[in-house]
Amino acid sequence: MEIKINGKAQTVMDDMTIQVLVEDRGLDAGRIVIEYNYTIIPREKWGDIIISDEDNIEIVSFVGGG
Amino acid sequence: MEDILEIGGRRIKNRLFIGTGKFPDKSVIKDVLVSAKVDVVTVALRRVDPGSGDDNILDNVPEGCILMPNTSGARNAEEAVRIARLARAMGCGDWIKLEIINDNKYLLPDNTESLRAIDILVKEGFTVLPYMNPDLTEARRMVDAGAAAVMPLGSPIGSNRGLKTGEIVKIMIDEIKVPVVVDAGLGKPSQAAECMEMGCDAVLVNTAIAIADDPEQMAKAFNMAVEAGRIAYRFSSGKISGKASASSPLTGFLR
Repeated sequence: MEIKINGKAQTVMDDMTIQVLVEDRGLDAGRIVIEYNYTIIPREKWGDIIISDEDNIEIVSFVGGG
Repeated sequence: MEDILEIGGRRIKNRLFIGTGKFPDKSVIKDVLVSAKVDVVTVALRRVDPGSGDDNILDNVPEGCILMPNTSGARNAEEAVRIARLARAMGCGDWIKLEIINDNKYLLPDNTESLRAIDILVKEGFTVLPYMNPDLTEARRMVDAGAAAVMPLGSPIGSNRGLKTGEIVKIMIDEIKVPVVVDAGLGKPSQAAECMEMGCDAVLVNTAIAIADDPEQMAKAFNMAVEAGRIAYRFSSGKISGKASASSPLTGFLR
């Protein structure tokens, strides 16, 4: 199925949770925030949400800035 | 006598705030922040690019610093609010440097959109420090809406041109009841000292330190300038006069 991650279309496995997606991409869970279909999802809920076709996911972190 | 700045209930010793953008070598950021004993540090929020190998900026921010994420990239109040919420969800506090810009040439902020965003963010419990075009009326509105401080620009971001807006900033210092922090455009320590002598509560510097040959030494120079300017302000700089006033006795000597 196809979803959008950070504005780019990407193919992911069916029945994948946000938690699995984060682990799959090798992301540091403590250093990112995830917005799922425009709602921020707290880390402890990542395992509860199963990604569906055409979902929109934003994964952000802090970078240098003034 | 201790000279502490209070913003949003936090006590701040160092009136030099530092931004973490533009450092060619990110590994020096921590050395700069530690050796300059910085209390307030700005960061930005960006989409994660897996595999880019970017070090996380949080690794370079010493414990105990107040983290002030900015809303850079926001072009209106709604985008700024969205970025602010994401930033707070990172779990590093509720401070936000509100920065709404839709002018790409001069990167001048949009005061009207900022005021709208302050209204929303303050109700949600954020400590909001808006980056703004210097303007007394707008600053008053922002304070009424709950801004914890106001951050007028000295000159355009990264321009290193110094305090070109000084006349208006001075009026804001005299009239505004929350701290005034000059943000943007300060390229030299002397310009930071000028802000502090005038009575600014703090300054925010990024580019001038980040792109210096030795950022740690440049941060030290800015620190000294901020401290010198602050002391001069607290213990009253002299009044400006059109005429001379002798500092030595004017009695006739050797004649």
